Amino acid sequence: MANKRLDEATNTETVGHEWDGIEELNTPLPRWWLWSFYASIVFAIGYVIAYPALPGIHSATPGMLGWTSRGQLDKELKSAADERAKTVAALKDMPIEQLPQHPDLMRAAVAGGAAAFKVNCVQCHGAGAAGSNGFPNLNDDDWLWGGDLKTIQQTLIHGIRQPGDDETRMSQMPAFGRDGLLTPAQIQDTTSFVLSLSGKEKPSAASQRGKAVFEANCAVCHGPEGKGDRQFGAPNLSDAIWLFAGNRDAVSTQIGNPRHGVMPAWGTRLDPVTIKMLAAYVHSLGGGEEFAAAPAEAQPEAEATTAE
Amino acid sequence: MTSIVERHKTLEKNVTLLGIGAFITVAIGGIVEIAPLFWIDNTIEKVQGMRPYTPLEQAGRDIYVREGCYVCHSQMIRPFRDETERYGHYSLAAESMYDHPFQWGSERTGPDLARVGNRYSDEWHVQHLKNPQSVVPESVMPKYGFLAETDLEVPNVAANLKALSDVGVPYTDKDIEMAMADLKAQADPEADAGDLETRYPKAQIRDFDGNPSRLTEMDALVAYLQMLGTLVDVNGPAAQEELASEHGR
Repeated sequence: MANKRLDEATNTETVGHEWDGIEELNTPLPRWWLWSFYASIVFAIGYVIAYPALPGIHSATPGMLGWTSRGQLDKELKSAADERAKTVAALKDMPIEQLPQHPDLMRAAVAGGAAAFKVNCVQCHGAGAAGSNGFPNLNDDDWLWGGDLKTIQQTLIHGIRQPGDDETRMSQMPAFGRDGLLTPAQIQDTTSFVLSLSGKEKPSAASQRGKAVFEANCAVCHGPEGKGDRQFGAPNLSDAIWLFAGNRDAVSTQIGNPRHGVMPAWGTRLDPVTIKMLAAYVHSLGGGEEFAAAPAEAQPEAEATTAE
Repeated sequence: MTSIVERHKTLEKNVTLLGIGAFITVAIGGIVEIAPLFWIDNTIEKVQGMRPYTPLEQAGRDIYVREGCYVCHSQMIRPFRDETERYGHYSLAAESMYDHPFQWGSERTGPDLARVGNRYSDEWHVQHLKNPQSVVPESVMPKYGFLAETDLEVPNVAANLKALSDVGVPYTDKDIEMAMADLKAQADPEADAGDLETRYPKAQIRDFDGNPSRLTEMDALVAYLQMLGTLVDVNGPAAQEELASEHGR
């Protein structure tokens, strides 16, 4: 290049162009940049050899290290499982009703259950397990199906009205209005009676008429005094706790065209130890009942809990 | 050395040559990264259980796409510990092989839905779609109550299935012929579903929206959601063996 020359001020070569007397310096790349560039080429060669890279006919080259993203995940999960192995093994062999006799294990189970609850249960039962309209509050001592450890575990494993699970908790309130079992007037009377049980309404002529209807149609599950029956998951109607709402609208709707809550069966999704932990956590929330003292346990559930 | 520099200048000064050169360079990247996926064996895992979606699920999927659910919800559980502990086993490519287009998504304003099937009750889904804040107070999801008020109208179910089969989804002739009947039968426990369950294993047949008298868009969407991630038994021994034998991924 004939017209290349050294710039006097900087002693740098110019690129050789010239526009109205303006020239461009051909400043070389910084040394550190150039060497980083060469180093990254060398690194790339090493990387291709060590890790999965070049595609072939049937698969890509596996790489000298044999690394896979899924393999790395397996390793991480395994090391996490190893850390917990002792507690998990102890929990696995422990029948859940004996858990309260081992405070250390119980504490671990409650902590593990709290974590699992946040992942799996809060969507329905709420972050504080206080439930919402149609989804039971787990903090109180009002249980539909029973509140001792073993019963909670059974509910967790098989769910409530879970389609396709033979051992799921199943009960169905008749649709007294939709199926024409009661007249609209009778439903209103019964509503008055039900609300009078918890003192939400004062006894009246309507509630007197409703009492007869209740005794003929509802008492078989809810009991003559509306105290409920855990065998059928029939709620106690005489307390201040309501699954839907304790007003005339909600109660008459429930009698006429009942909603039936469904809880998924977790036995097919979670391992037995996690379910045990969840049962311990729910039991610990405040309403947990003693195992032996629960009257609903008159019908023992033949459940191979440890084999589950 | 000088001659290479001189040729380089020719390339730089001719826009057509520069364009062709740039195209070839980018194409090499595409060929190396994309093309092998069409022939190497482990692009799609060989696992049992994946089947084409039933006409009702497919209709629900179309609603999912129409409402833009993919904008906030991904359907792709990545192989990371935090994701698998929250959402379940990582997603397999096989599990979205009948998706046209796939719904992997790229943003998670809401949670991943790849394994949401059978995780909640139908009633929960209906209540949550009508008013998400009634069950998850902190949710920013919009309300989709109108789905329960809108009758499901699919102008030509069979043609939808036919189009999917043209791009490689293995619907049989009978599936396409029975499409409309299948669509109605899956949401109606009273109806005779025929061999729906044989042709579509693990199909869930019931009323999904809590209103047996109508077939609504809510039925279709909940049917689709309840199916997600339930077809392949990823934790079963067969699938685990297949995954364990993988390399180069």
